[in-house]
Amino acid sequence: MLRIEDLHVTVGEREVLSGINLHIADNETFILFGPNGSGKTTLLMTLMGFGNYTITKGRILFRGRDITHAPVYERARLGLGMSFQRPPTIHGLTTRQLVGLCDRDGMVDVDALARSVNMDHFLERDVNAGFSGGEIKRSELLQLMAQKPYMLLFDEPESGVDLENMKLIGTTVRGLLTGGIYPKPDASMKEQRVKKRPVSGLIITHTGYILEYLNADRGQVLYDGHLCCEANPRDILDHIGKYGYQECVRCLQ
Amino acid sequence: MDKIDLGAFRFNGSVLGEIPDLRQLDPADRADMLMAGVDVEERERSGTYLQVDHGEVHCESHQPGLELLDIKQALAKYDGLPGHFWTQVDRDKDEFTRAAAENLHGGYFVKVAKGAKITEPVQSCLFLKGDMIGQNVHNVVIVEDDAEVHLITGCSVSHASKGAAHLGISEFFVGKNAKLTFTMVHNWADSTVVRPRTAGVVDAGGAFLNNYVLLKPVKDLQSYPAIRLNGQGAVARFNSVIVAPKGSYVDSGSRIELNAPDTRGEIIARTIASGGTIVNRGFIGGNAAPAKGHLECKGLILGGGIIHAVPELLGTVDGVELSHEAAVGKIAQEEIEYLMARGLDASEATSTIVRGFLNVDIMGLPKELKDVIDAIIAESEKEMF
Repeated sequence: MLRIEDLHVTVGEREVLSGINLHIADNETFILFGPNGSGKTTLLMTLMGFGNYTITKGRILFRGRDITHAPVYERARLGLGMSFQRPPTIHGLTTRQLVGLCDRDGMVDVDALARSVNMDHFLERDVNAGFSGGEIKRSELLQLMAQKPYMLLFDEPESGVDLENMKLIGTTVRGLLTGGIYPKPDASMKEQRVKKRPVSGLIITHTGYILEYLNADRGQVLYDGHLCCEANPRDILDHIGKYGYQECVRCLQ
Repeated sequence: MDKIDLGAFRFNGSVLGEIPDLRQLDPADRADMLMAGVDVEERERSGTYLQVDHGEVHCESHQPGLELLDIKQALAKYDGLPGHFWTQVDRDKDEFTRAAAENLHGGYFVKVAKGAKITEPVQSCLFLKGDMIGQNVHNVVIVEDDAEVHLITGCSVSHASKGAAHLGISEFFVGKNAKLTFTMVHNWADSTVVRPRTAGVVDAGGAFLNNYVLLKPVKDLQSYPAIRLNGQGAVARFNSVIVAPKGSYVDSGSRIELNAPDTRGEIIARTIASGGTIVNRGFIGGNAAPAKGHLECKGLILGGGIIHAVPELLGTVDGVELSHEAAVGKIAQEEIEYLMARGLDASEATSTIVRGFLNVDIMGLPKELKDVIDAIIAESEKEMF
């Protein structure tokens, strides 16, 4: 699905990512840990192709295509979907309109999708205008459900979210990653799994709450622009919980 | 801005005579009128008034409770409209008001009888067809107590015209618990000079909602409608959408005076300079309490031009609450990238943000008029980016 090779990225004058190598397979969910300022968000923003992130070396392959220098919208249309942590407010554009724009093939039932993430009362509101933390997350998920990406990029899905919202967000993220497979009269879940298109995930988390809801396969720590310590995400979380990131520093030395 | 020489325009002699069926109009003129929101088929309209150059050519109304007349007829019928005519606008204000007072060509008189709710909009069009024509109009709109009407007025100029001047006096009277929605769409040309002079008064519980749309070039326009909320609980709201392409000079504002308790005023102006100059004024005066007013002057400069935002608030008593937001800027890159991450290319994203910024939806216009405005915005976007 996604292959990152020796990626070096600078923001302004500073090198933030220094030689990242990462492969995420089809249907795999990868969890990224790391202290504040380690470059996690930079990695996601670079994958999406935003302006202030300059790739000085290396390349990004997504679904077999080199997207290292592709414009943002091409990546999105190719199936890269990102949930923003602090998305901008867009005045005069309703959430309903934006969800419609995300759904380029015009196939989704916006009202039904909105009900599923408890956003039906927000459809006529301007995008992100006065939304709380949980509302922003649900709005982002609603847009992603309409966008139907192959690869989901999530920056801290649990930040600013209360426990009740966490459950809804967790199960929705899971739904997005598993492609909505549930028992149906005409096809067994196994048959559906064979036919379904692959969906992978790259998720940044500090607290690990999201892991309660997902089958995360692998995880790694990003520290000071370098990836290290690949392991089961729960084990990494346990370790960081006990010892912090100190051991990562030793590991990298 | 250059001084306007009224002597350069012809203020007499261009009177066409009655046009009973508007579909008989020249197709090019019809197209120019359509761009100002005028529906010559008169579908879903409760009345139509059309003036070309110096005289009325069409005036009919279809609904009981709605009186629609040429202003000259109304002056004859109502003995000069005492208490209304020239009571809101000072006839000696400037050379333009004096010109309109001395040589009246026409204009519409709309009166909605007490309690009448006119469900379909009344439309009027003041059209400039001939070369170097100067047009003086004087409009009077009276909405009696508990009555309601939506007046859509399109002002347009023939694209064959090489120059024109439009001087328009408008006076509005909104009675107790009455509601006047006034939507004005301007479709001028880069050789047109425009000097409207507008003022009105709203009685207790009444509402005046003003929508103004100017998307096409104009040589020189100066407009500053003033509404006084004189009765308790009266409300006024101005929504303006203004685009000034290269060569346009637009000095446009709105003024609300909160003169009674529980009155509310809101002015929202969205402007885009795409090469031209915009002075975006707003004034809310709070002279009674409690009273609330909010003023928003927001502008984008896209591809050159000047925007001068002049928001003014004046409170003269304890207890008024007035606020304003003014901004002159550009489209945020962050917003463009956000939409691009959803699959919109750069120009789709920019266009979506600009449309959201202009936010014509807020006006609640009839669908076909909104469609016309959307089409004009789509057309003018080509020059913005």
